[in-house]
Amino acid sequence: MHTDTHAIYVRDLRKNYVVSEREAGILASVRSLVRRRTRTVAAVDGISFDVAPGEVVGFLGPNGAGKTTTLKMLSGLLYPDGGELAVLGFTPSRRDRDYLRQIALVMGQRNQLAWDIPAADSFELNRAIYRIPHDEYRRTLKELDELLELGELIRKPVRNLSLGERMKCEIAAALLHRPKVLFLDEPTIGLDVTMQRRIRSFLAAYNRRFGATVLLTSHYMADVEALCRRVIVIHHGRLLFDGELSDLVQRFSPHKTIVVELEDPEADLRPYGEIVSREEGRVTLRVPKSATPVVTGRLLADLPISDLTVEDPPIEDVIEHVFSQEAVQSVP
Amino acid sequence: MRALIDYYYAQLKNTFAIQAQYRVALIIWLIGTVLQPVIYLVVWTTVAQAGAVGGYTAGDFAAYFIVLMLVDHLTFSWIFYEFEHRVRQGALSPLLLRPLHPIHKDIADNITYKLLTLPVLLSAAVLMALAFRPAFETSGWALALFIPALLLGFAVRFVVEWTLGLAAFWTTRVSALNHLYYVAVLFLSGQIAPLSLFPEPIRVAAALLPFRWTVAFPVELLIGRLSFEAALQGLAAQLVWLVLGLLLLWRTWRAGVRRYSAVGA
Repeated sequence: MHTDTHAIYVRDLRKNYVVSEREAGILASVRSLVRRRTRTVAAVDGISFDVAPGEVVGFLGPNGAGKTTTLKMLSGLLYPDGGELAVLGFTPSRRDRDYLRQIALVMGQRNQLAWDIPAADSFELNRAIYRIPHDEYRRTLKELDELLELGELIRKPVRNLSLGERMKCEIAAALLHRPKVLFLDEPTIGLDVTMQRRIRSFLAAYNRRFGATVLLTSHYMADVEALCRRVIVIHHGRLLFDGELSDLVQRFSPHKTIVVELEDPEADLRPYGEIVSREEGRVTLRVPKSATPVVTGRLLADLPISDLTVEDPPIEDVIEHVFSQEAVQSVP
Repeated sequence: MRALIDYYYAQLKNTFAIQAQYRVALIIWLIGTVLQPVIYLVVWTTVAQAGAVGGYTAGDFAAYFIVLMLVDHLTFSWIFYEFEHRVRQGALSPLLLRPLHPIHKDIADNITYKLLTLPVLLSAAVLMALAFRPAFETSGWALALFIPALLLGFAVRFVVEWTLGLAAFWTTRVSALNHLYYVAVLFLSGQIAPLSLFPEPIRVAAALLPFRWTVAFPVELLIGRLSFEAALQGLAAQLVWLVLGLLLLWRTWRAGVRRYSAVGA
């Protein structure tokens, strides 16, 4: 069966939400007392993918794309409306104890640690909940302490910790029972750059050391770039891309960006490439990758240029491009 | 089983540490807990000065309301309030991720609260007894049966309220249901007046529903208002309600969790 080769097996997964619709205004409010108009939104609209044990996969997508909903179905929080789903051979929505003992979900926007007491106390509670033998618990805690540099943090009430410190403790708490599959939903949201980097390197180290399968959602490209070779792009509940990040860039953005600062703001750059933006003597051009050296040479030769930069388009732009393409494709 | 006890111990420790930090809130709640029976007690004992009402003298009323205060406190839960927040704000998610039924946390939290507040409440009861001179008459078997009656009363009330809280999976207006329920509890569990003072239809309703068996029955039992047969019948009724309640809880929970939409990240 698919359990032998796949840690995660997803086929045509679906989840719908019923949303009530109402216009603004008093009359609409009164009308809604009598009749509630609802609309069904497909948050996840038939996605399929497999993940092998030990893989680190990134889920990319804008807000509302369906990545968090997918993760919640994988961790058993939500009941799917269609499709097949198996993680470690279990059906997540049945929430078998044996299944829950092997997974963890860290939610960047929700605390699972008790607010008023030190994290160490919540760790103890997790030890009891997950029935971790005492010596194994001590060993794991020590390792997590080293990898995450927790130190005295765990003895302070969680409400006294900064966002980054709290996130480290949340992640530690989720890993005490050495889950085989780790789901992370926007784990670095709101953190400063240093802390983001620290957490990313921790997750990479954890995956290497313990071979846990990691599924991570983010709308920070940096998270995905740093951690995941494999990327799944989701938009409007549909899977747009599943493969290596480098392929994504290659396939969806065969362009480079040239930013030019001109001494003569009136110069017409249209012959050189597609003008993306133009403001006060600084023009951003988009040119095919292969043509970049030639265009750059011509620009430098033909025009009075005070500065010129050649960049890869920000991956956010690539993704946006992917999404806009999808929008075009879906028009019948 | 051993693992479950291990969990309860760990959870009780944590909840104790958390609740103990909210000393002021605890005191305010306790004032409310004492004030209500005191007010009814004053009213009824005043009424009874002119003569016994429905078989209750002033001293009987005092005994009734002091014991009621303790029994009500020991059987109450706040889970009905909390479920709306859990479902609508998605606070249930962390509990659903645990390989442990969420009800255990609520039981542990409930027990911790009672342990923390019981000393204060017992002291209040002693003071009330000194002030209002209850006429307290009980027997050996009544005392012995009181313990299981109290435990069963707590179990029935907890199970019923936990199940009612699950309505949050189906409706967003749980607070309204909540208010309705508490009005019913007020009247039908004997908190405004002993049930024997109410007209027949109300007494029947209270006996057919679980309300009489949660609070009124243990109180009446302890203060010697029930015959031995009535006491045994009461215990049986409590058991029936417990079994019914557990069945309803189990089915409703399974149906409700499927509808959970885990909002709010």
